[in-house]
Amino acid sequence: MNETIRELLSRVGGLPVQMSEITDEADLYAAGLSSFASVQVMLAIEEAFDIEFPDSLLNRKSFASIKAIEETVAQIIKSREAA
Amino acid sequence: MSLAALATDNTLATRAQRVAAVAAEFADRVDAEGRFPKEAVEAMKAARLLGIQVPSAHGGESASLLEIAEVCSILGQACASSAMIFAMHHIKLSSLVEHHETSAWHTGFMQEVAGRQLLLGSATTEGGIGGNLRNSICAIEVDGAMCRLTKDATVISYGVESDAILITSRANADAAPSDQVMTVFRKDQYTLEHTHDWDTLGMRGTRSDGFLFKGEAPSEQIFPQPFAEIAAQSMLATCHLLWSAVWFGIAADAVSRAQSFVRAAARKSAGQVPPGALHLAEASNLLQLVKSNLLSGIETYENAKADGEKLSSMSFAIAMNNIKIASSQTILDIINKAMLICGIMGYKNGTPYSLGRHLRDAHSAQLMISNDRILANSSAMLLVQKPDFSLLG
Repeated sequence: MNETIRELLSRVGGLPVQMSEITDEADLYAAGLSSFASVQVMLAIEEAFDIEFPDSLLNRKSFASIKAIEETVAQIIKSREAA
Repeated sequence: MSLAALATDNTLATRAQRVAAVAAEFADRVDAEGRFPKEAVEAMKAARLLGIQVPSAHGGESASLLEIAEVCSILGQACASSAMIFAMHHIKLSSLVEHHETSAWHTGFMQEVAGRQLLLGSATTEGGIGGNLRNSICAIEVDGAMCRLTKDATVISYGVESDAILITSRANADAAPSDQVMTVFRKDQYTLEHTHDWDTLGMRGTRSDGFLFKGEAPSEQIFPQPFAEIAAQSMLATCHLLWSAVWFGIAADAVSRAQSFVRAAARKSAGQVPPGALHLAEASNLLQLVKSNLLSGIETYENAKADGEKLSSMSFAIAMNNIKIASSQTILDIINKAMLICGIMGYKNGTPYSLGRHLRDAHSAQLMISNDRILANSSAMLLVQKPDFSLLG
């Protein structure tokens, strides 16, 4: 999952730095992720993992770092499996 | 209420009415001369309105956003420039009130704002960023205990008259444009070199001139949290809501003038109303929409404040954007209808029914953070946001 997220971020995130320079914990907004690009990332992740982010998870925190995105996606997949 | 009783009545609304009376007296002169409404702002300080938002425990009055919005509206009915200055001050103050807790310096400064009735200015706009306040070009330079900042601020409303300025910049020289911090500089910690003149269609008293800002202050005056957090959690919402309250006030006064016009005409010729009278019912309808929209927005904000995640959610941001778009567009319709009602008496300056200043001031609403930018922002979020059409919230 980590690699897919990194690949999507590098494709639609519009970050001014190389993905290899960004750690899993690094603040993506501080790294230059704009709010418009974050929407593109969300869309790309929804498509890649065949999920939909519920409104409660569509906030800054869920997309603050690669680790946060992983956790958010994992949470959605887990709750879908439970359902 | 008798005048003597009014003078000793110190409820917030009465204090606001007293300031509004001063603002109304000077409104036409402030507009014609394009000057800062110093009489009204002095009256705000005398009525101690600049610190009402500060918690009581810190020397303020713990006024709610609804109460502050009510003052914005009362002042907006008298002088839009004075009301906008009051609103902008409280938008800056909200950053201190909502985000002071992790910093002793900011807590102390917030108390000083209430105690000494300091007027807070804002410098979020910069030459070259294309109006997007969530980007900065300039960067703050932290050198041990001191920090320095130079900013080509194309707009600092009432910059000269402010007692302190809250200014955004990149967090450091290597930071991305969106990695911003906000810093408080006191008047004696900066210089302003005038670069752009504020000679505008309306809102002429806000004196939103451009300046080259150069400041140096202790580093502890930088807010510890990123500006992104301050913007998302308090600034954008209070901004759209308090601005809308000012605009509601402008439109409300226009409707009030139109209503007086119709009433006076109907009295003169019993049984006959002027041809534009039907528009009064339409204007009253639209005014009610603006009011309901604003009130529901304030309630949404107050509810979301208890829940940090809700505050930074997309549906909340879209809701606040919608309030700004709706009120800024609708007031123009309302004032236009008022103009149709009052006819040439509304078009002329210097009559009891004059609406020129209202119309010119109201035209700023669509441009203060361009509605096009806000619509683009909302439409991006609507790509992923899931709709919730429940009437229960």
